[in-house]
Amino acid sequence: MSRFDDTLHDLHALDSHAARPNALTRLDPRSKILATLFYIVAVVSFDRYAILALLPLAWYPVALAALGNVPPAALGRKLLLALPFALMIGIFNPLLDTAPMVDLFGISISAGWVSFASILLRFALTVSAALLLVATTGFDQVCVGLNRLGVPRALTTQLHLLHRYAEVLAGEAARMVTARELRAYARRRLNLNVYASLLGHLLLRALERAQRIHLAMLARGFDDEVRGSQELGWRRVDMAFLTICAASFILARSIDLPRALGHILLKALS
Amino acid sequence: MNDHLVQASGLSYRYPDGTQALQEVSFRIGQGEAVAVIGGNGAGKSTLLLHLNGSLQAATGEVRIGDLKVAIATLPQIRSRVGMLFQDPDDQLFMGSVYDDVAFGPRNQGLPENEVAVHVHAALATVGASHLADRPPYRLSGGEKRAVAIAGVLAMAPAILVMDEPSDGLDPAARRRLINLLRSFTHTRIIATHDLDLVLDLCSRVLVMNRGCIEADGKPETIFADTELLARSQLEPPLSWQRRPEHG
Repeated sequence: MSRFDDTLHDLHALDSHAARPNALTRLDPRSKILATLFYIVAVVSFDRYAILALLPLAWYPVALAALGNVPPAALGRKLLLALPFALMIGIFNPLLDTAPMVDLFGISISAGWVSFASILLRFALTVSAALLLVATTGFDQVCVGLNRLGVPRALTTQLHLLHRYAEVLAGEAARMVTARELRAYARRRLNLNVYASLLGHLLLRALERAQRIHLAMLARGFDDEVRGSQELGWRRVDMAFLTICAASFILARSIDLPRALGHILLKALS
Repeated sequence: MNDHLVQASGLSYRYPDGTQALQEVSFRIGQGEAVAVIGGNGAGKSTLLLHLNGSLQAATGEVRIGDLKVAIATLPQIRSRVGMLFQDPDDQLFMGSVYDDVAFGPRNQGLPENEVAVHVHAALATVGASHLADRPPYRLSGGEKRAVAIAGVLAMAPAILVMDEPSDGLDPAARRRLINLLRSFTHTRIIATHDLDLVLDLCSRVLVMNRGCIEADGKPETIFADTELLARSQLEPPLSWQRRPEHG
C-alpha cells in the first residue's frame, strides 16, 4: 500500500517542478508541445534497426532536464513505470527475427535483438520528452496549450479531469486492496473472482464520483468550457526555441552524425 | 425583490429506481436565516438540497428562490444565487491550483479577469486561505480543502448558501473555525448535517426529515427536547445537551 502511494505521489510530484519558475516554464506551452511533437515524430521515423543514429537526439531530453532542474532520478522512476509497455511491444522481436546482423567482439547479435534495443531506446527518448514537457509546463498549461492548438475542448477537459482525479481514484483502489488484504489472511493471491468484483466496484465508484463532480461543476455555472487564467503570449523566444529544436531534429534525422563522426575520425587516423 | 428567500411547496421526488425520496415537502426560509436540515440516513436531506439549486428538478411541486422558480430556463440565475457546498470537497476542487478553482465560478459568470481576481482574493481572505492560492488542491489537508471549497462558493457572491455535511471529517479545531466562519455570514444558510452540536451553535431553526417528509419544523431547543420525535427520526439529542446535569 505504501509503495503504491509513493508511486502515485511521484506522478504528481512531476507537476510541481513547473511551479518553480525557470527559463523553460516561462516559454509558451504551445512551443514546448510542438517541439515535443516534432521530437517524437523524428525519433519514431528512424529505421527500425537504428541505435547509434538515434543517440544525437538525446540532447533534447538532457538539455530540458538540465534547464528545467528536473532531477534525473525522478524521471528514471517514471520511465520504469512505463517500461513494461515497451517490453511487451519489443519482447518478441528477438524470437521472430533471428537473422544475424551485427558481430560484436566475436558474438553474433541477431537483428531481433538490435530492433528490440532500438525500441527500448526510442521508448526512453520519447517518454522522457513527454514527461519533461509536463514537468516544465504543468499539466493544466499543457491542456490550455493543446486547446489553443485546436484540440477539441471536450478532449482537453477530459485530460484535465483525468489528471486531477487519477490520484483520488487510485486512492480508492488502494483502500479497496487494503480492505481485501485485511480479510484475506493467508490467501495472498488475488483470485480472479475477487479481482473482477474489485474492478467492477472501482468502475461504479468512478462513475458515481464523476456524477458528483459534474453536479459540483454545474452548481458553479459550468457550461462545457474550462476557462484558463493565463493569457498565452507567443514571443520571439518561443519562436527561437521551436526553430532551434526543429532544426536540430531535422539535422539529426537527415545526417547520421555518429557515422559521419566515425568516418572523419578514421580518415584522420589513416 | 428579495433574492434571499427560499420557498418549497408540495415538493415530491421519486428516483428512477422507484425510491420515493421526497413527499409533499413545503417550507419557507427567510432572509439571513440559518436553518438546519436533520434526519437519519436516507431521510431525503441530500435530495432536498439538490432541488434547491436545480441539480434535481421537482417532479411535482416547485421551489422558488426569491421571485424565481427553479426550472431549466432559470438555472444560470438560480445557480449564481444559490451557492452549493458538497459533502466531499474532493468532488468540488477540480482545478489545478486553489486560485483557479476559486476562480472557476466567477469566470463562468463571465467576469473579466481583473474582477475575477478581486472576488477570488476576497473569498480566500474570508476563509483564511489566502496563503494557499498557488497550491494544488489535492495536496491540502481536509480542513484546508473545506475552506477552499467554501471560498469557491463565496466567490460567486451567492445570496443563499446550501451545505451538505459541512463539518464532516474535520478535526475539532477546524470544525470550530468553520462554525465561527458560518456564524459570521449574513447569507441565508441551509445546512444538512448529523452534527447536532453544530446545529445548536449555528442555527435558529431546524427542519426534521423522516422518510422524505418534513416531520417537524421549529426552534432547536424545542426539537431536541422532544425525545420521541428524535427517536422516531433516528436521531438523538446533541452530545452537549446529553451532558447537561439535569439530575443535580
